[in-house]
Amino acid sequence: MLQQIVEQAPKFFGYYNVLFLLQAFAATFLLSLVGCVLGFALGFVLAVTRRTADWRLAPLRILMNVFTEAFRRIPFLVTLMLVFFAFQALKLDVSMFAVALFSVCLIATAFITEIVRAGLDSVHRNQWDAAAAMNFSYLETLRYIVVPQAWKVMLPPAFSFFVLFIKDTALASQIGVVELTFAGKVLANKGFPAALTFGTILVLYFVLSWPLARFGRWMGARLAPTRTH
Amino acid sequence: MPQLELIDLRANYGDVAVLERVTFSVEKGEIISLIGPSGSGKSTLLRVLVGLLPPAAGTVRLDGQEVDYHSKAAVRQLRSRMAIVFQQFNLFQNMSVLANVTIAPVRVKGQPPAEAEGYARELLDRVGLGHKLDAYPDQLSGGQQQRVAIARALALKPEIVLLDEVTSALDPELVNEVLDVIRLLAADGMTIFFVSHEMAFVREVSSKVFFMDRGHVVESGTPAQIFDAPRQPRTREFVSKILRH
Amino acid sequence: MPAGAGGAGADHGASPHVNFVLDFGAIWPRVPYLFGGAWLSLQIAFLAFCGGMVIGLFGAMAKTYGGAWVRRPVDAYVSFFTNTPQLVQIYFIFFALPEWGILLSPYAAVLIGMTLNAGAYLTQVQLAGFASAHRAEIEAAETLGFTRMQSVRFVIFPHVMRTLFPPLSNLYILMTLGTSMAAVFGVEELTGRAFNINSETFRSVEVFLVAAVIYIVITFVATLLLAGVGRRFFRAQMKLL
Repeated sequence: MLQQIVEQAPKFFGYYNVLFLLQAFAATFLLSLVGCVLGFALGFVLAVTRRTADWRLAPLRILMNVFTEAFRRIPFLVTLMLVFFAFQALKLDVSMFAVALFSVCLIATAFITEIVRAGLDSVHRNQWDAAAAMNFSYLETLRYIVVPQAWKVMLPPAFSFFVLFIKDTALASQIGVVELTFAGKVLANKGFPAALTFGTILVLYFVLSWPLARFGRWMGARLAPTRTH
Repeated sequence: MPQLELIDLRANYGDVAVLERVTFSVEKGEIISLIGPSGSGKSTLLRVLVGLLPPAAGTVRLDGQEVDYHSKAAVRQLRSRMAIVFQQFNLFQNMSVLANVTIAPVRVKGQPPAEAEGYARELLDRVGLGHKLDAYPDQLSGGQQQRVAIARALALKPEIVLLDEVTSALDPELVNEVLDVIRLLAADGMTIFFVSHEMAFVREVSSKVFFMDRGHVVESGTPAQIFDAPRQPRTREFVSKILRH
Repeated sequence: MPAGAGGAGADHGASPHVNFVLDFGAIWPRVPYLFGGAWLSLQIAFLAFCGGMVIGLFGAMAKTYGGAWVRRPVDAYVSFFTNTPQLVQIYFIFFALPEWGILLSPYAAVLIGMTLNAGAYLTQVQLAGFASAHRAEIEAAETLGFTRMQSVRFVIFPHVMRTLFPPLSNLYILMTLGTSMAAVFGVEELTGRAFNINSETFRSVEVFLVAAVIYIVITFVATLLLAGVGRRFFRAQMKLL
């Protein structure tokens, strides 16, 4: 078997295959990155809205709560299928990448809302009160007082989520998105030894994930809050 | 005319009544201390006064004029006349000491930044922190932070200053530096409301002591009256427990 | 690619107006079938979790007490399995191992893959647990006259579980959700059965909605149960998913 792998390796790492793998690698990276960045933006909006006390916004808050509680408890594959078939039923003609991206955003938003919420909560209530006693509005308090302090608490877990999500994007292969796992399936179907194919894919995921994970840990250590008093 | 009058003030947290029928009046320049067990409503009273918790019923009059706590404009106005300092986490951690002190006058009173800065420097000098203008809160000790917080409250040139257990979170060595600042304020004729557990200080500085329990003002009087000759049984019980030390 | 485009209204492209009606009629009778799948999901997660705990225990012990020659392989194992997707790990086990003569059923491949994956994460969790058992506590227990066994049982174990129970519970719930990818290999757990119903009835949105709801329900119930156990028996701070 090992001999077969060694024999096939040069053909496997031929020009077009390598290009294909790089394309898939980029797709995996982009899917996770763009999904999580959008998820962070939306998650921020959701978290901020959920903290308002205005009774007129109550239905919106309930909707947001239901959304975040639900989508954190559904497997990504199921979310993917739901989005895929919903788009199909609504006759939305988009690429599979777009379907996958939409799904990633959905999940990322749901999880990151919680992360942002925890970050905002980490700022002591007195800071809100002191700002209120100075006639800061809700949004002004967020902008000038709370977020400048909260972002350090939010960023490490959000980044961790991003690194984690890179692995979940593997499921996008099931709807035909040309990412790493799909590339693996294609090459295995072409007849290359599965060990070589999937082994390479595993290594590629590792190469993507491990440095980012290390960076995330370093960032977390750097941003760790200093004791106030 | 009294500077501040509370008539039958009531407040709730949800269903729980936290202030019940609080009635008293305060003259300009008085130093009022609020004492009592935890949960008696002392801090809540301060929060209601500065508009952080809307009253459920009752009236508050400042210089004879009723304050409408349900009007945002009225509350904004009120905050330029009444300033509050909390037990901890007062200062905005992401701003320097100077920025912390100038932000209120610029924001609440609409003062030009240069003017606000000038006065801020004066105040910080008075509380002994003129050399720490560019420091950030996490570089200061607890006592220093509280002194800056008091300077910040004074930057508004308020008529009344509310101090909510401002020394309770401090290490013992740092308490006195803050009490010294409060003594300065008292000597200047500022009307002060403070909640404290430092009974010796309460006795020394207050013109009137209010004992609160379970949302009610149970008894009020001069420090001598409250500590040496309490009339109400509940007051007696409290005073005997705390003075036993 | 997933089978069938289901659920659309009567006209296919004749009018520009989207005419989509949700029809759960075909799904309701199949709900027990779906719950059967949910039960299988829970079983797979449980077995993988147990296996992972054993691996994790050995891994954590190796890292705490072993020399560099055990620590490095454990680090490599943990690093590898936590930085690669579970799906591809199972693909490897299912498709690559046969090339070396090891033929596994889809169920077995999924179980082994999930166990190895869980083992890596559980090594990390248990390592944290080992670290939290302070020497001082062990010594204090011994000076009170406890034997080693008693110290472990009455002092160390409750303390460690207090720290560990929340992350372990979280991981278990995530694993339950993770069993969903077994559907890719034809295993008939909840998602797999949803796929089956989809190819039969073409009510795609409906069936996956119901499957999603069932996942939400079982995770909610599991969270509540585990939180209850954690609070009651270990007095742990159960801030879960």
